[in-house]
Amino acid sequence: MADIDVPVLGDPAEREIPAIHPGAMAGSKPYVAQAVHQEPLGFAGELPEDWQAKALGRMGDLLGRYRSLQVFMDICVKCGACTDKCHYFIGTGDPKNMPVARQDLFRSVYRRYFTPAGRALGAIGLGSLVGAKEFTRELLDEWFNYFHQCSQCRRCSVFCPYGIDTAEVSMAARDVMNHIGMGHKYANEIIGKVHKIGNNLGLPAPALLDTLEGLEEDVKDETGQDVKFPIDVEGAEVLLVTPSADFFAEPHVLGLIGYAKVFHAAGISWTLSTKASEAGNFGMFIGNYEQMRKISMRIREAAQELKVKRIVFGECGHAWRVAYSFLNTLAGPWDFLDPRYPVPQHILEVTDGLIKKGGIKLDKSGNDGMVLTVHDSCNVARASRMGDCPGGQFTIPRDVIKASVPKFVDMHPDTTHEKTFCCGGGGGLLTDELLDLRVKGAKPRMEALKDVIDREGVTHMAAMCAICKAQFTKILPIYGYDREMVVSVHQLVSNSILLGNND
Amino acid sequence: MTTLFAILFYTAFAVLLAGLGFKIAQFARTPAPLKIPTTPGPITTPGIAFRLGREAVLFESLFKSNKPLWIFAIIFHFGLFVVLARHLRYFQEPVWFWVGLVQPFGLYAGLAMVAGLGLLLLRRFVIDRVVYVTSPSDILMLLLLLGIGITGLGMTTLAHTDIIAVKAFFLGLMRFSIQPLPTDPALLVHLALVAVLMIVFPFSKLLHAPGLFFSPTRNQKDDPRERRHLSDWAAKLEAGRN
Repeated sequence: MADIDVPVLGDPAEREIPAIHPGAMAGSKPYVAQAVHQEPLGFAGELPEDWQAKALGRMGDLLGRYRSLQVFMDICVKCGACTDKCHYFIGTGDPKNMPVARQDLFRSVYRRYFTPAGRALGAIGLGSLVGAKEFTRELLDEWFNYFHQCSQCRRCSVFCPYGIDTAEVSMAARDVMNHIGMGHKYANEIIGKVHKIGNNLGLPAPALLDTLEGLEEDVKDETGQDVKFPIDVEGAEVLLVTPSADFFAEPHVLGLIGYAKVFHAAGISWTLSTKASEAGNFGMFIGNYEQMRKISMRIREAAQELKVKRIVFGECGHAWRVAYSFLNTLAGPWDFLDPRYPVPQHILEVTDGLIKKGGIKLDKSGNDGMVLTVHDSCNVARASRMGDCPGGQFTIPRDVIKASVPKFVDMHPDTTHEKTFCCGGGGGLLTDELLDLRVKGAKPRMEALKDVIDREGVTHMAAMCAICKAQFTKILPIYGYDREMVVSVHQLVSNSILLGNND
Repeated sequence: MTTLFAILFYTAFAVLLAGLGFKIAQFARTPAPLKIPTTPGPITTPGIAFRLGREAVLFESLFKSNKPLWIFAIIFHFGLFVVLARHLRYFQEPVWFWVGLVQPFGLYAGLAMVAGLGLLLLRRFVIDRVVYVTSPSDILMLLLLLGIGITGLGMTTLAHTDIIAVKAFFLGLMRFSIQPLPTDPALLVHLALVAVLMIVFPFSKLLHAPGLFFSPTRNQKDDPRERRHLSDWAAKLEAGRN
């Protein structure tokens, strides 16, 4: 960690924009996947001689398959509105981390090989007039480095006058690279584990059963109540699909205990599934529809096998995007489930509904001494929704937190709601070899957090995403804060919920 | 000269129409397999129309993003809009009532358009981040529009052309009966640049005008749980595997 230059934190109200430092992050890249992680997913094992032709072929396919990509390639006017919006640019000053410049790595190839102007001028060596570039090995290496410095958080898409979303471009670029054997080891290894074992962490069923039994004992010791953590129970009402980090990582597991207590107190029968013991879907990070669908189909199969009536997702950002926005497309229709509930539901929708209807009761003194703020996860904030109204993804988590804790404070409005900043570890970048990038990318969030710590005495920050929680646990100490400052939203519910005689 | 410009404008119009038609058809036909609206977003069709309307007319997202740039862009685009509206009178006889009403504002709109373009051009040399992402074509596009604006203003204020004859030329083009075009240099430069603009439109970033309406992050409803969204190719994939 000696080589990490931790950014100095300023005032979020000043929105300081760094001067550009070309090449500042040119060396930052994840490990390239080996054939052993590539081939089981149907991707090339290594870069072939004719990689350029294959890459261009795949680009053509994707341009024909995704309107987003085709339109976004054509309509950017290079106005620069996005240039100061990416947390990785703000944290590093590397101009290729400006959303438009990141897209241009892809767009320059698009213009050279897929547009009349780029083809004509490129053929006589004048492609640069219209932003067209030859697809060289050097450019491919830049793709690998800089498309793995995008967390697909969509903050740029909020501010673009045409809604151009760099996440769509980085997903496409990663898909092209996978098809020519330049995959991202961390992401592809994890997808392999999902297919082989059932979850991202490679936790086999016996270990999972053990863990859940241990949790039952812990909660019994702590509360005296028989709160169950059921798994593979046929005929349960709810199938809970949650990120596998919830089974053992802290603070994730404290959130899982919270979900269990909510179901227990509300008298809702529920079950986990060994087959779908993972909410996360890294198929989205690598931009591959087929992988995303295959991973989603596990959930459909589990729901059918267990004959549940509802599907509820635990706290996870990108998982909620895939669940809320894509699951109906990828694995629907859900006509075999109870039509009175949306499919799927977020655990926060369930808990919020129960609190408001009096189905569960909370006592804020369970969180005495805590002053909370909340980190809106990017995929929840800008790529999905909770509840019936636009913006429910902001009000519902806040309502649940406010019902659980004595004091709640929001961070600077430029860093919350739809303008929230990524934690710095999203989009498949939560891997150790990218730690320097992750620390720098967390700068805007850390600035806003420091601001409310200093001004309002905030003691904890709630997160509703497994990646955010893992990322903050790692980087808070690097910025000089306690790793336990980051908490699960349902950890707060867990501390305050009244179990047993609450009628 | 008249014949040359007649050919030029027929060509430019054909390229603009065919090129734009092709791109719009391409945008419309390319499937959008996943629901990707930037949320929070509208959940109804009128809501989507309102969102797109705000983006197209008020540049709502740009306003959130960057206030100076928003002002420059508004000055330029609104100036351009009024100038275009004012020019309609050269293509119609009789002139519509509202087109008549717009006429007195043409000069001010032209000045606004040129001022906006000047400011947009200045940004491309001053702000380090914008300098970094600027290609020669971005500068050339602004210069092209500036050239059109300045020659147009020149004819409005300094070197008037025989505007009756210009109108007769364009009405003639529309009726396939070529009428003589005046030959003062300002007019010829102005018209030549306009023709160039029409020709490059479908091949350039000017596609942002129709493209905005096809941008899935802005034109999709936020209703994925209520309605199953399935593209043709995804449906084929599903049928093949299940």
